[in-house]
Amino acid sequence: MRTDLFRRRLVTGFACIGAGAAMPCCLPHQALAANHQNFALSEIADGVFAFRGKNELMTPGNEGAICNLGLVVGDEAAAVIDSGGSLVQARAFIAAISEVTPKPVRFLINTHMHPDHIFGNAAFRDIGATVIGHKNLPRALEARGAFYLRNYRSQLGEALMEGIEIVPPAQLVADRAEFDLGGRVLHLRAWKAAHTDNDLTVYDAATGTLFTGDLVFMEHLPTLDGSLLGWIRQMDALAAIDAQRVVPGHGPIAADWPEALEAQRRYFEVLAGDIRQAITEGRPLAETVKTAGRSEASNWALFDEYNERNATAAYAELEWE
Amino acid sequence: MPACLGTTFRTGGGTEMQVSASWNRRLAIVAAAYLVVMAGSLADLSGPAAAQQSPTSSERIWTSLKGDVFGDRPILADTGLVRIEAPKRAQDAAVVPVDVYIDPAKAPDGVKSVTMIIDVNPSPVAATFQIGKEAGVTHLSTRVRVDDYSYLRAIAETQGGELHMSQTFVKASGGCSAPAVKNTDEALASMGRMKLRQFAPAAGETAGNAPELQLMIRHPNNSGLQRDPLTQYFIPAHFIQNFSISQGDRLILAMEGGISISEDPNFRFDFAPGAGSEIRVEATDTEGKVFRDQWPLEAAGL
Repeated sequence: MRTDLFRRRLVTGFACIGAGAAMPCCLPHQALAANHQNFALSEIADGVFAFRGKNELMTPGNEGAICNLGLVVGDEAAAVIDSGGSLVQARAFIAAISEVTPKPVRFLINTHMHPDHIFGNAAFRDIGATVIGHKNLPRALEARGAFYLRNYRSQLGEALMEGIEIVPPAQLVADRAEFDLGGRVLHLRAWKAAHTDNDLTVYDAATGTLFTGDLVFMEHLPTLDGSLLGWIRQMDALAAIDAQRVVPGHGPIAADWPEALEAQRRYFEVLAGDIRQAITEGRPLAETVKTAGRSEASNWALFDEYNERNATAAYAELEWE
Repeated sequence: MPACLGTTFRTGGGTEMQVSASWNRRLAIVAAAYLVVMAGSLADLSGPAAAQQSPTSSERIWTSLKGDVFGDRPILADTGLVRIEAPKRAQDAAVVPVDVYIDPAKAPDGVKSVTMIIDVNPSPVAATFQIGKEAGVTHLSTRVRVDDYSYLRAIAETQGGELHMSQTFVKASGGCSAPAVKNTDEALASMGRMKLRQFAPAAGETAGNAPELQLMIRHPNNSGLQRDPLTQYFIPAHFIQNFSISQGDRLILAMEGGISISEDPNFRFDFAPGAGSEIRVEATDTEGKVFRDQWPLEAAGL
């Protein structure tokens, strides 16, 4: 990791504080805002900021703030990469943005469908941002949105779920697209099924910063909700992107590229290898998932939370090879 | 461990077929059950903190559901004739492995059918399996979607017409795993592809000394509970509604099922092979597509 990338300001915002009385969030959420943790936005390159999520499951304690979020500021406007895991987090993010730039947030880019990345969408829609996503994102949210809203009530708690909506993208990316922030162009790229079937990356050409969303996991065990084979297959194309630094979906907010891919590549190889062997030997899914990938346990946070699920999805996929 | 003898790939055709009367009846049951569950869900949403189902609420749904499926026939619980196993927590809500075992000592003539129920799912009757006479099926594995905390139930009907039930409680998956198709484009592109694996009995094993078959069908098995993002119309449900597996003219296993069966429906079971003839499979989906294929019975070890 290049520590010299972390320079200048460390911007800190508080939920609602500093956002002014005009912020509608202050009305229903005062109780939560009072004990809200700092929202730290670090400038990792010129005009490029990132928030580091915790390597945890979404809980009331962390307010859903478990994935990395980004901000890129141009001459005319700013773009946000992912909205966070709750409206409380999204509003703290908006408050922190107002501390670093007066430019309007013109775009909210969703890197994929998962709740930790999209539950804050409504807050950005409400400040006038256009939501951008992969062409498959509306379909994926249609199939899952109601489940997410129901399932997360128990995990995040009623108070944090208050007001959360599934806000689908208004503008879709089928392959590649460019968005101009004024003197600075963001290059968006839609990928084939990998982490999910709606993964989108964002590349800031001005600084060579690549926001991968959850196509790259570091520290936090990768989670599989798309296609393991697709993910493995596209990793070379991902690695070929000429980036100076990468902001993975989970883990450190700036990492060397393409070295950042090494740990997950190794995990996928071990997992796929164990499962292929089990399939060849005729061992059934229920038995295989208890052991597949286990040798990687000490290398990852949240291994026990996600490995068996990854193995289940991978087994069902690899059985068709 | 049974040794795998081999695998064959085939692609199904697509001819029209009439929808059976029994299918219409099942649709009615599924729809009725769905309304029951939806009513429950709406009540949950309006309540302060009732998002998750509990054993009690699952049981309540079952109580109102069982009459629709089995009428007023008595259902014997926990007799040991049938046993259902599933993980205590669903890891991937879209792919939850389930095993059903029939105890040959308690059902020496085998059973006629096994009905699999997931109380809280939009379509609680996951599947009804008809087991051929003397087919020798004592263990059946499949994969189901589990939407919420729920009992999974297997109700076996004996040759004499008795109903025996086994149940196990499954907690819904945590995190962002949803009971939805992961790779929709791929699921549609390869729809209808079938695969049959044959496993010889494992040498020296005391249990599971029969050969096994595993039938895999590529299909999104879509729920139809989603709207098209562009048109806002509900997408019609599209799933494998039945299949049958026979050896020659002898039925081994047939299924009528719905959207609670995972995408790429997958069934593994033991059986008593007869002499000669090949294994034939015919499956039908809700759009009337028929997928047919046959494979030679692999002689080695059988």
